[in-house]
Formats: sequence, structure tokens, C-alpha cells
Amino acid sequence: MKKLSVVAVAIILLLSIFAAATYFYNSQKADDANAKAEKNNSVLERDYSPTLGDKNAKVTIVEFFDPACGTCKAFSPLLKELMEVYPGKIRLVLRYLPLHQGSDEVVKILEAAHQQDKFWEILSAAYETQQGWTKHHVAQPDEFWRMLAYTNLDIEKAKQDVKTPAIAQRIQQDLADAKTMGVTKTPGFFVNGKPLIRFGYQPLIDLVEAEISSNE
Amino acid sequence: MNEPQHTQLRIAPDSGWILIFICWLLATVGTLGSLFFSEVMGLKPCVLCWYQRIFMYPLVVIFLVGLFPLDRSVFRYALPVALIGWCFAIYHYLVYSGYIPEDLQPCSEELSCAEINLELFGLITIPMMSILSYTAIIVLLFMFRRRTQS
Repeated sequence: MKKLSVVAVAIILLLSIFAAATYFYNSQKADDANAKAEKNNSVLERDYSPTLGDKNAKVTIVEFFDPACGTCKAFSPLLKELMEVYPGKIRLVLRYLPLHQGSDEVVKILEAAHQQDKFWEILSAAYETQQGWTKHHVAQPDEFWRMLAYTNLDIEKAKQDVKTPAIAQRIQQDLADAKTMGVTKTPGFFVNGKPLIRFGYQPLIDLVEAEISSNE
Repeated sequence: MNEPQHTQLRIAPDSGWILIFICWLLATVGTLGSLFFSEVMGLKPCVLCWYQRIFMYPLVVIFLVGLFPLDRSVFRYALPVALIGWCFAIYHYLVYSGYIPEDLQPCSEELSCAEINLELFGLITIPMMSILSYTAIIVLLFMFRRRTQS
């Protein structure tokens, strides 16, 4: 019986140490992320970044995204819903963070669509057909081009545009800014400059609603 | 003459129990520690780390079962597992110390086993902790066998 309690105490002790270490590590990491975001607030968005919603909205959501990322796709209806629930109060800014292999070519196409003022419709087409042009987490730009034939994108023009250094430079800038802001995973959210620390639908909703009510 | 022998017999199983208990502690700390590195700190385990985990995690269960009641044959079941894990730990050490040339490394480019992504106090690395735990477990198991044989 005594031995059993020795082992039980050891298990409880070890698990408590694990939980405490996790708590301290995470709060340290959250502090670092907040400090980093505050310090580098100026590079959070660029004037060329695709933007949706009212210019003077009280709340700005910045999302670092990868079109080949399944979680980014899963969050896109939620963002749409938030903007419908709080009309005129939310502005959405997207930043490119192509982390999947082959994704850099796809975001170039999205930026070419952006230059034709078709960014948002091509992005939702990209999410809708994501299964078709990604294989084992590798984006297939050729498949993506094939899918684009069913959209009203000027493909000839886009094919020219993706080769221009201007587009490549924007992608590079977004990648550099993501690094500066400490975003290593997609989707990476910032709400009025505050990083989303605990990831998930509800934490994002909570953060957005907190910002809306504190700016009213 | 009779008295000390009696004490010996009474103490021996208990000290054996403590040895296996320490083995279990080492395996559990190793398991929780490795989970902390990967799940909390987000350090992705490389292939060789995975093989070392594969042989460390079951030791937690094997030792725990061997403790209640203390089973002498826990030596037979735990030793091969610990030895294989120890071999992977040594191999990993040789890889990241550069004794084994790069083209012999079994890891993919994106997650190199040779890369050291954690150094505690600028000295202790994860593979080093792995070697130490496996070695300690093996030594304790042999001590356990010696004590329970007589």
C-alpha cells in the first residue's frame, strides 16, 4: 500500500511539474509575442495588401495566410460571418505567407488576380478547389492554373504578371514582415495589432468582440 | 548468523523495488520531457528522436507493471527495449557530433538530426539526455538482477 502511494505521489508530482512548466512557458511566449507585435506594429500591413471592409472600421484583422493551408480555408467562412454580424466594424487585411511547398507560385497568381481587382473571388475559388490543386500538402500551380479557366480571371495577363519582379517583391516583403512579426504558422491573426495567442475559432471571436466593444 | 540473513532477505526485495522505481521515474521524466519539447515548445522531433521515443515510452508501462507486485523478470522484458533505445541514442550522438558523415544520415533535409536545436546551459543536448537516461536505466537493471539473483 505504501509503495502504491509513493508511485501515486510521484505521478501527481511529475504531472504538476509538467503543467506548471507548460503554463510558465506559454505565458512567457505570450508576453514575447505581444511585445514583438507592439514593437513591429508598423509592418503589420502594407499599402498594397488586399483589404476588405470599411476603411474607417474600428477593428482591423490582419491574417497571414497560405492558400494551400486547410486551416486558413476553415477560418475563411468565420471571417466572412464576423464581418456580416458586425457590418462596417471590421476591416480584413490579408498577408501572404506561403509555407507549403509550391504555394509561393499560387500566391503570385493571387497577387496577379489582385491587380485585376479579383483577389477575393479568386481566393474563395482557391479555397473551394483546394483539394484539387494540393497533393499531400504540396501545392500544384499547374492544377491551380487549370482551375482558373473556370473563373473570369484574365489568364493571359495573369501569366505575364506573375513573372514581374513587382509581384515577387511583394511576396518577399510579406514573408519578411511575417518573420519580423514572429508568425511561423498559418493562419496568423492580429486583431488591432494584438496577436491571437490561444489559437481557435472562439479565441478569435472573443478577441474581435473585445476590440469592438472597447472601441465603441 | 540467522539474524542478519533474515534482515537481508527482508531488505533485498525492497531495494530491488526502489531500483525499478527509479527506472520508472527516469522513463517517465524522459517521456514527459520529450513531450514538453515537442508539444509545448514546438520543437519537431527528427527521425532518430522518434526511434528513441518509441523505445522509451513503453518502458514507463513495463516498469510500472513490474512494480506491482515486484516482478524479477522485469529485467528480461525491459532490458532489450532499453538496449535498442540506447543504440539509437548513441547513433544520434555520433550523427550530430559529426562522426558519421552526412550522406549516411537517415533524416530528410527539412528536419536534420545533426542540427542541435536545444542546448541547456550551452552544454546539455536532447540526445545527450537520452543517452544518460538509457544508460542509467540499463545500469540500474543490471544492479536489480544482481540483487535479486542471490
